[in-house]
Amino acid sequence: MSTVAQADPAAPAGSAHPLEQRRPLGDRGFQILALASGLLVLVILVLIAVSTTQQASSWFSTEGWKIFTNNWNPPANQFGALAFIYGTAVTAIIALIMAVPVSVGIALLLTEVVPYRWSRPIVYVIDLLAVVPSVVWGLWGILVFAPWIQHIYAHIANVVNGVWVLGPLFGPPTSGASFFTAGIILAFMITPIVTSLSREVIATVPAIDKEGAYALGATRLEMIRGAVWPHSQGGIVGAVLLGLGRAMGETIAVALVIGSSAVITSHLFAPGYNMPAVIANEFGEASGEFRAALMGLGVLLFVFTIIVNIIARGIVERSARRKRGA
Amino acid sequence: MEQPDQDTVTNLQRAEPTTQPEVQPKLHLDTQQDARLSSAALEKAEETTEHIFDIKNVSVYYGSFRAVTDVSLTIYENEITAFIGPSGCGKTTVLRSLNRMNDLVVGARVEGDIQYRGRSLYRKDVSPIAVRRRIGMVFQKPNPFPKSIYDNVAYGPRINGEHNKKRLDEIVERSLRQAALWDEVKDRLGKSGLGLSGGQAQRLCIARTLAVEPDVVLMDEPASALDPIATGAIEDLMREIKSRYTIVIVTHNMQQATRVSDRTAFYSVLINPKSDTRTGTLVEYAPTAQLFEDPSDERTKAYVTGRMG
Amino acid sequence: MAVIAEPRQIDLREPKGWRRTSNRIATVLMVTSFILVIIPLGFVLFTVIAKGASVISWSFLTGQPIPPNVLPAGVGGMWPAVLGTIEITALAAVIAVPLGILGAVYLNEYGGRGPLGALIGFMSDVMTGVPSIVMGLFIFSIWVLHFGYSGLAGALALGCLMLPVVIRSSYEMLRLVPNSLREGSYALGATKSRVTVTVVLPAAIGGIVSGALLAVARAAGETAPLLFTILTVTYANPNVFSGPNTSLPSQIFSNATQPYTGAQARGWGAALTLIAICFILMIAARIVTARFTRYSR
Repeated sequence: MSTVAQADPAAPAGSAHPLEQRRPLGDRGFQILALASGLLVLVILVLIAVSTTQQASSWFSTEGWKIFTNNWNPPANQFGALAFIYGTAVTAIIALIMAVPVSVGIALLLTEVVPYRWSRPIVYVIDLLAVVPSVVWGLWGILVFAPWIQHIYAHIANVVNGVWVLGPLFGPPTSGASFFTAGIILAFMITPIVTSLSREVIATVPAIDKEGAYALGATRLEMIRGAVWPHSQGGIVGAVLLGLGRAMGETIAVALVIGSSAVITSHLFAPGYNMPAVIANEFGEASGEFRAALMGLGVLLFVFTIIVNIIARGIVERSARRKRGA
Repeated sequence: MEQPDQDTVTNLQRAEPTTQPEVQPKLHLDTQQDARLSSAALEKAEETTEHIFDIKNVSVYYGSFRAVTDVSLTIYENEITAFIGPSGCGKTTVLRSLNRMNDLVVGARVEGDIQYRGRSLYRKDVSPIAVRRRIGMVFQKPNPFPKSIYDNVAYGPRINGEHNKKRLDEIVERSLRQAALWDEVKDRLGKSGLGLSGGQAQRLCIARTLAVEPDVVLMDEPASALDPIATGAIEDLMREIKSRYTIVIVTHNMQQATRVSDRTAFYSVLINPKSDTRTGTLVEYAPTAQLFEDPSDERTKAYVTGRMG
Repeated sequence: MAVIAEPRQIDLREPKGWRRTSNRIATVLMVTSFILVIIPLGFVLFTVIAKGASVISWSFLTGQPIPPNVLPAGVGGMWPAVLGTIEITALAAVIAVPLGILGAVYLNEYGGRGPLGALIGFMSDVMTGVPSIVMGLFIFSIWVLHFGYSGLAGALALGCLMLPVVIRSSYEMLRLVPNSLREGSYALGATKSRVTVTVVLPAAIGGIVSGALLAVARAAGETAPLLFTILTVTYANPNVFSGPNTSLPSQIFSNATQPYTGAQARGWGAALTLIAICFILMIAARIVTARFTRYSR
């Protein structure tokens, strides 16, 4: 007898009517499991905030607002961290200045210029760029790139020596490891994410607008300025912010090529330090308040990147919603 | 053209295409099939046949929008009932209420009572899962799973607990035979269900539905996505299986309704001028021959003679 | 008799002057930006392959490293790091991939549209931007301080990194499964969990696996989360659940700063191995996408 349930009109009235069934336990359980997995994201984020802040609490309470001073001297128990915040900002800005035009350029190349057949190889190259691990960038950076670029730094420093603004910015290097080198490597690393997000944003521009511009006899550049740019500028800002978040948090490559020197200086070719790099290099041997300070830098890093990412995702989400809904 | 005899359908001819708008020919019924019951037989059946569905004053809401209002009719066992009407008249909404598929739409609400074999379908203690195992559905666009043909048909029995390979083989063969697909696919049961033509895929979906041996088969415009030959195959299939199942079919094709159905329900649209919304409603429900040849309602007459919809 | 006027000269050539020039400049700039990207990529790959290839061999992959103060000075092997990478990354995948898929199932099939679902989806994307070193500090605070260094701790940190990535990519794949499949399954009397597990997930499995492979590729290359969780050592530890461990990226990091040529050579060899692993995973993801994904954009 098949186990498939059969409606039986002749079933005696007293038997359990076949339409009534409890919701199977497995169905309920699966739903709970799925919900729990989703909630895990929120739980982890909260735990990160709580646990790291707790570990860093001694630093916050001891230094208070002095954490924002440039006074980093672990042997003397002084942990003012301004140098690292400065370093994070400087390297991120250098990276963005170099990466954003290149990334947007590639995104435009892929969406507007290149026919579909040729776009696949280009995308593969970008993916390849993304797959290179941070530590390999760092290895290559410190052993190959830095020694090579040091000569270029020296040339530039010679040329602009004494020139207003440029002189103090591009003073002579001590080695290849510097703010600027870290910025360049970071630029390589954030290009894939800014490119792919810019592509997504540009893809939301309605085709009718682009065709309308072409139909009026616009050149490609004019079409981009008139139809693509107004629609996508918000979204591209979001993509840039995501790149900023990534640049702030990228650790290992920077740790290897930044020069490990906690100073605030305008000379971009000089060695420096930033938040994730100092944590990576020093945490292993730190203890007590030193460790708390490094943990505290991690908290600051967490807060900064979360804020940047929330803003960025909010902007990107809004432009994506425009494509789906409005 | 002869006047049709009230009691028999044997002497009727196909309706000729009209070229003069003034002449309104009565829609004649197809002589080909004889499994359809005569009007007299149908009227008699109303007293003795089991009521499969008793739909009483049913309105269906999506949020605050009333999609269908005040529908009442009875579906009888082992008959083919057709729902016809212009688009937006709620025929699909009513159909989907019969197997609680509307539950899947957020904000859908059914007021009134739908009884299945004397039991109300929308009580709190009724499980939609159990309902759907008894009341199956075939959709407008064939939707075979991306699995093999065998696994498509065996899916239903498997989720009902049948895992014995031999019994599954029997069920698969029987269902595919009922769906008139066995000969075409028996040598490639392992191939993907997605590789079939439209008509074959729809018959696969029908086989899949029959595999769980439901009581009722609901069909939502099953042939509208198919070519005429595939359509004919589906209609033959419906006549074949009628003796074992009760079938309710939504169709926008009046000829199809006259070809296969015993009873027809005609739905229409009420336009609310104030809120500019359209609500569906049942206009007339009668044995098919009667509805098409001698409709009681003016709107029905207008629709079936082609002046509307 | 009418005079036939001279036909006007219609100029269909490209617009001259600044319009054409600026357009050309723009195109050149766009192509240049792509070239600017190929050059360093090519440079890195070339260097890694050139310096690493001379070091790579079967004994390199399976041998022990030679400490710098042992003679004859040599390169030795990377087996501890290879083992560590394999076992830690595999454990991280086992933890993060099922949870990520379930999270995506929640977002797409159950709660997506409500406020909680929207919050989870949004914060999941935000979580992909959390620096990997912060994940390492997190697991350090919450696990290592209580249970000590272990490969498991490293796997937890990597898992935290992978989770939001898997959620996002699986979610996109589940979204692409047409609703008609779900309806067909419901109409046969399946419960929601049955519909999801027997019809929706199998339909989306190609894309889901591909996304998971890419997440694994990213995790395999990460160093920062492992710094404070596995306490890089130079011996192999087959027990991933207890005791410090090592991995290819960790080893490269420590070797990069050592002046000994043997260590540096090992670093290049390890870098080549690591890139090869990431590359293979990426290719595998592409193959899965091409062959097994039924529903794509």
